[in-house]
Order: sequence, then structure tokens, then C-alpha cells
Amino acid sequence: MSVDIRLASSRPAGADLYHGENPGNIVTPGDIITADTGFMRGHGTYMDDECLHASVAGTVERVNKLISVRPLKTRYNGEIGDVVIGRIRELAQKRWKVETHSRMDSVLMLSSVNLPGGELRRRSEEDEKMMRHYLKEGDLISAEVQNVMSDGCLSLHTRSLKYGKLGQGSLVCVSPSLVLRRKTHFHNLPIGASIILGNNGYIWISPTVQDKSEESGGYETNLQPVSKSDREVIARLRNCVLALAECKMLLFDTCIIYTYEASLKYPVKDLLKPEVVVEVVDLVRQRLELEGS
Amino acid sequence: MGDAGLSEAEKTFILHSVQDDFREDGRGNEDFRHMELETSLISNTNGSARVRLANTDVLVGVKVQLTPVDPERPEVGRLEFFIDCSANATPAFEGRGGEELGSEISAMLTRAYAFPGAVDFHSLCVLPGQQCWLLYVDVLLLECGGNLFDAVSIAVKAALFNLKIPNVTMTKDEGGVELDLSDDPFDFKRLDVSGAPIIITVNKIGHYHVVDASEKEEECSLARLMLGVTEKGTITAMRKEGSGSLDPNSISDMMEVNTRFLCLPGI
Repeated sequence: MSVDIRLASSRPAGADLYHGENPGNIVTPGDIITADTGFMRGHGTYMDDECLHASVAGTVERVNKLISVRPLKTRYNGEIGDVVIGRIRELAQKRWKVETHSRMDSVLMLSSVNLPGGELRRRSEEDEKMMRHYLKEGDLISAEVQNVMSDGCLSLHTRSLKYGKLGQGSLVCVSPSLVLRRKTHFHNLPIGASIILGNNGYIWISPTVQDKSEESGGYETNLQPVSKSDREVIARLRNCVLALAECKMLLFDTCIIYTYEASLKYPVKDLLKPEVVVEVVDLVRQRLELEGS
Repeated sequence: MGDAGLSEAEKTFILHSVQDDFREDGRGNEDFRHMELETSLISNTNGSARVRLANTDVLVGVKVQLTPVDPERPEVGRLEFFIDCSANATPAFEGRGGEELGSEISAMLTRAYAFPGAVDFHSLCVLPGQQCWLLYVDVLLLECGGNLFDAVSIAVKAALFNLKIPNVTMTKDEGGVELDLSDDPFDFKRLDVSGAPIIITVNKIGHYHVVDASEKEEECSLARLMLGVTEKGTITAMRKEGSGSLDPNSISDMMEVNTRFLCLPGI
């Protein structure tokens, strides 16, 4: 048993957040970005008194004449093709409502999931009655954004064997802007765990499964106990991801592995302490800089 | 996270992790999360504190006021708890959503502080039979990340420790006694809180007992036992929550876990 209480004043100062970047890039709501009228107004900005102001706190990004502010903390704004993790909220007529940290619940249509028994099967009324058998309230799924409706509501699909219901593991929630967009968001890490970095800021860490059975369509979950060593790896990865998120580092596979390696000298639960977090993340930052990534 | 709850597999994962004495974040069953404490941060209260326990964030302010004494107990001061569940914490608190939880917490605190040794209630009496101090303890829940009761009780104790009660001078004039509050900010007395209880919650998950459960773990636990305990080991209040039942053996086991935390460093 252990209890660890300390004063807020003794919190380690931490490395500076804007390390290596031009701090002039960071704005808070109401800040004037530019008084030059030659620019176009993008997301996160507004015009007032001939000046372009920021409406959110974040970093200024410029593409040619378009200026937008990318918020640090935000709800998830979906884009077609994104990998997301979501939790089933409710069942409706031929669809599931999924919570994806978006402004509105996303929709997963019965017609856009893989049902057991082959891809090209007709969906019958029978399937509609069986919906809760496939996915019920509370279940976690990985999916891809198929379409963004005009009101910002996302429509998802899981028509690939890599998507579908998630089994045992640990869900970590971070800000969506911290997940780096990559070619692949599914990683089987060499340390014996798999990680899915959802673009919506939900990160799923689970033990690596060797063979995914295709007959059941991935709707059967394995409820056997996870071995202690796997559990340790998952817990360490979870704490590493949270440590990186706390220091506002972008998340991708390499930096997570580096953090994992840098953290190995501490017991897993020590990674909850702020001074250890700062030290480990500083090491990772140096290593990333050294390798020029 | 949404209130849809956890999936079957996640619950199994947590259940097994408690069995292994290696929880989701690497803690053992009897480990607390890292806690951060800050005192005297609101200048217009007489005492204030903020506790951040992982994601749980609690702010407490204490205001003192002179009031006529309770005629039934004319020689003691009083404590009053009020919990404000801010809708910032979770959307479920919007409107009157947090009221039930708020009254549960304040009832638990009132009960825990009701025993005579909790704070020196006699020192809170200014003029026996006439005037006493009434301490308004206002708790604001800023964020909920599990183990709310413990965090609130620690924040309340810290705020009472931080409390500065202005000294009062009494002058007798014709017809009665006149009370004069000192204007000098350094002319105050402190309250002795060494006997003040804190609440420790023990969750029963599977067959095991877990302290400082995260929100996810709380969802997996069927029953929890909250005890108000003091440094000396006095149990001042007890409360059981959750739908599950507890058999007498596990209650005494849980109490044992509880009292093991008495060596908590005094704040």
C-alpha cells in the first residue's frame, strides 16, 4: 500500500511546452493573428475590426493565404478515412449510435458492418433482430469514417477484418489533436501488445492476438484471463501514452516505443508521478531530436 | 466518457487485473493514485484547499460567520457542509442532476464530523449561550475521476487546517456585550484538525478489496464501504453504497484495509 500526497507548489516545473518551435505560433482566444487583410479566414478564427483574431487556443497554421488555428483541446472533427475507436451508445432502426468524442454521436449502419458468414451476404430481417447479439450498448469498436454528413455527424464502417469489436484491453482518452495522422494506425508492437491510435483521441491497448478467427466475424470475445506479463506491458504502455499526452507530445508508434523503453527503469506505478513523467518524456524528446524526426 | 458503461470484455479485464493485484495503471489493490494538494488559494474565504487526485478535482472554501448559538447546545460552534456539483465535471450534473450526489456527500461529511473530537467545537464558541462561529464549508466538484468521497474529505480537512478565524474582542457596555472583529489579517487563530476524520472508500471488486478506484473500476464494483476514520483509529461514520450485498466477514476485512491507512501523513 502506498499513499503519495504532495503540495502543488512542489510540482516540477517541466520542460517548456513549445520546445523547438517558434512560440509566436501559439495563440489564445481573442489574440490578433494578423492585421493584414490579404489572408483568408480559416477554422478557429474570426474577423473583427479588420483584424484576424483567434477564437480557440492553439497553434496558428497557414496554407498559402488561408490562416487557421488548430486547437490544443477539442472535440473530434472527423475526416473521411480516419480510424476511430468508439463505444456503442444505443441501438436504433438498422443502425448503432456510437460515441466517438465527436460533437454528435456517430452512426454505424447495419449495412456497413461485416456480418459473420461472408462479405456478400444479404442482410435480412433476421440480422436486424440479431443486432444486439453482434454489438450491444457499451461495446467498444474500431471503425473507419466512411462519410461526414452536412451537420458534422459521422457515418462509420467496419467493412474490413481489421476493424470490428474490441476485446480485453485498456482504453486511454487523450485530446484528438495529439494523435499524429499516419498511414497506419494499427500497430503490433514488438513488446507484445497491440495499440490502435484512433484519430479521435481514443487509444486502445490490448494484448496481441495471433489469429483472428474469420468465421465469427470478430464478434466473439476471448474472456480468458490475460497473463500477468501482458498486463504489465499494457499498463506500462497506458501510463506512457498518458505521460506523453500530459506533456503535449504528438503520439505515434516510434515515440510510444521510445517512451516505453525509457520508462523501463521505473516500476509501472511510478509513471503516475509527475517528476518521473517529466524525466521520461524529456529523454524521449532528446532522442527524437537526435534522430531528427 | 459516455455513460453507456463498459463492455463485458473490459469488465473482465479489470476484474482479472484486481485478482492479479496489478491494476490497469500498475497500482496494487491498496495503492492510492498520486495526489496534489494546494491550500489558501481563494483570497475571499477564510480557508481554502484544492485536491487533485489523478482526474478528480475538488475545491473547498470555508467561510466563518458569527451566529446565535443553537439553543440545544449553547456552548459549541457549528459546521455546515454544502456540495456544489458543477456541470463542468460531468454533463450528468446539469440542472438538478448533481443534487443527489451532493446531498449524499454532505450527509456523509456531516456524520463523520458529528463526533465531539473531530474539531474543537468549544473553541468555536465565542460567547457561550449567545454567539458562536458557524463554519460554512463549500465544496465544489470540478472534475470527477473516481473516488470522490476520499478526495472531498481530504480537501475539507486541508481547508479546515488552513482556516484562519479572526480574533474577537468583547467589550461590555450597557445592556449587553459588543463583539468586535479584528481587522488585522494577521490577528487570527487556527483550528486544531488533528482529530478531523477523513473518508476512505474500499470497493469490493470480485472477491478483492480495492482502495482509490478509478471511474472504470467503480463501475465494476458492486458494493463499496466508506468509513470516516481519524488519525487515532476512531471510526466516526460508515456508509455502504452500491447494489451488491456484503457478508459480515468481508465487512470486517474491508474495515481492516481501511484502518491500515491511518498512518497517512498528517497534512
